Amino acid sequence: MTTILDRIGRRFIAFFEQTGIWFDALWRTFAWMLRPPYDVKEWFRQMVRVGVDSIPVVFLTTMFTGMVLALQTFTGFARVNAEQFVASVVALAMLRELAPVLVGLMVAGRIGSSMAAEIGTMRVTEQLDALKALATEPIQYLFVPRVIAGVIMLPFLCILGDALGIYGGYLVAVKLLKTNPVVYKQNTFQFLAMTDVFTGLIKAGVFGLILTLTGCVRGYHTSGGAEGVGRATTNAVVSASLIILLTDFFLTKLLF
Amino acid sequence: MPVISLQNLCKKFGDKVVLRDMSIDVEQGESLVIVGGSGTGKSVTLKHIIGLLRPDKGRVLIVDEDITAMSDVELNRFRRHFGMSFQEGALFDSMSVFENIAFPLRRHTKMTEGEIRARVEECLEDVHLHNVEKKRPSELSGGMRRRVGFARAISLKPDILLFDEPTTGLDPVISDVIADLILEMDQKLGTTTVTITHDMKVAFKIADRVAMLYEGHIIEQGTPEQFQESQNPIVRQFIEGRAQGPLTDD
Repeated sequence: MTTILDRIGRRFIAFFEQTGIWFDALWRTFAWMLRPPYDVKEWFRQMVRVGVDSIPVVFLTTMFTGMVLALQTFTGFARVNAEQFVASVVALAMLRELAPVLVGLMVAGRIGSSMAAEIGTMRVTEQLDALKALATEPIQYLFVPRVIAGVIMLPFLCILGDALGIYGGYLVAVKLLKTNPVVYKQNTFQFLAMTDVFTGLIKAGVFGLILTLTGCVRGYHTSGGAEGVGRATTNAVVSASLIILLTDFFLTKLLF
Repeated sequence: MPVISLQNLCKKFGDKVVLRDMSIDVEQGESLVIVGGSGTGKSVTLKHIIGLLRPDKGRVLIVDEDITAMSDVELNRFRRHFGMSFQEGALFDSMSVFENIAFPLRRHTKMTEGEIRARVEECLEDVHLHNVEKKRPSELSGGMRRRVGFARAISLKPDILLFDEPTTGLDPVISDVIADLILEMDQKLGTTTVTITHDMKVAFKIADRVAMLYEGHIIEQGTPEQFQESQNPIVRQFIEGRAQGPLTDD
C-alpha cells in the first residue's frame, strides 16, 4: 500500500516538476526574446523549417480529413434528409477545430520531435555547454527562433489546412456524391462568421507555441546519451500532443 | 590577488557528493593543471569556474567578482573573458569549421566579414591547421577537432583559458602535439590557464602548478617537480599508475 502511494506521490511530484520546467522555459523564452542580438536570419530559417517544409504533410492530412468528413456526414445526414448541411458542417469543423488541431498534431510529430532530437544531441555532445561558454544563452539562440517560427507559421499552415479541408469536402460532395456545386458553395459560407476563422488561427498560434517549446524543453533536459535523445524525442511528441489536446478544450471553451 | 579563487565549494548531485569544501586559487598568467581519477569532480570544478554549474555552497571569485551571485544575463556577459575547450571539442556539428570559429566573433563583436575571416585564419594558424575551413566537424580526426575547439576558444582573445581533458582518447604522439600546442598558446597569449586531465605526462609538461583532486577536495598541489616528489600514497599511486594502493582499496 505504501509503495503504491509512494509511486503515485512520485508521479505527482514529477508532473508538477515538469509543468514548472515548462512554464519556466516559457517565461525565460519571452524574457530572452526582448534582448539583443536579434538573430532575424535564424528566425526566417526556422520559419521555413516549421512552415514551408510542413506544407506536404499538412496538405495530405487536412485534404483527406475534409474528404472523409464530407463522406461520413453525407451518409449520416442522408438518413434524416439533411444532406444540405454537409457543406456547413465541413466548413465549421475544419475552421474551428480540425485544421488547427490536425496541423498542431502533425507539426508536433514532424517538427517538435526533430527539435527535441537536435537540441538533445547538442546536450549529450556538450554543444549546449559550449554555447554557454561562448557567452551565448541557449534559450536565446535555440528556443527563441523556434518558438517565434511556431507562433507565426502555424496560423499560416492552418489557413492552408482550412482551405484544403473545405476543398476536399467539396470534391467528395460534388464529384463523388453528385451534390449541386453551386448549392454546396453557398452552404459552405452560409453559417460561417469571421470569428470562426480567427479563433481557429488563435488556436493554431497557441499550438505552435506549445509544440516548439515542448520540443525545445524536452531536448534541453535530455540525459543519458543516444538512448536519452530517443526518449526525449518520443516524449516531445507525446507531451506536445497531449498538451495540444488539453489546451484545445479550454481554448474552445474560452473563445466560443 | 588571484584571478580565479574557488572558496569552499560544495556540490552534490542527488545523494552523490562531488565537491566538498574544495578551495584553490589561480594566479594571473599561471597554468594550473588539476589531476584526479575519473569521477572525482574535475569537470565539475571546471564548469564551476565558468559558471556552467552553480555550487550548493561556497564562492567562485573571478578577479574578485563572485560569479555565483550573478544573474544569467550578467554571467553570460562575463563569460566573454573565458575561452573553454571541451573534451570532444563540442564543435557545432551543423556548422563548418570556419562558422564554428566565427560564431563568437559574429555574436559578440562588430567585426566585418573580412575582419572575421582574417581572425579565423589567424586562430587556425595558431593551432597549426590549414585548409580545413570548409570542412564539417564530422570530417575531422579527434586531434583536429580538439585543435578547432582551441581555435574557437581563443577567437575572442580571452583572459582565461579552460581545457577539459584535452588529450583524452588521443594517441600518445597526438597527445604530445596537443600538449605542445597548449604550452605555445599559453606563452603566446599570456592567459591564465586551467587544465584538467588524468594524463600525467601532459600535466607535467604544461603546468606551472599541479593539484590533485580526491574525494571532492584538493589533497596535494605544487610545481610539477614538487608534485612528483610527493610522498602522499594516493598521489604516488596516481602518478605511478599502479592498480594497488589507497585509490583502489575499497
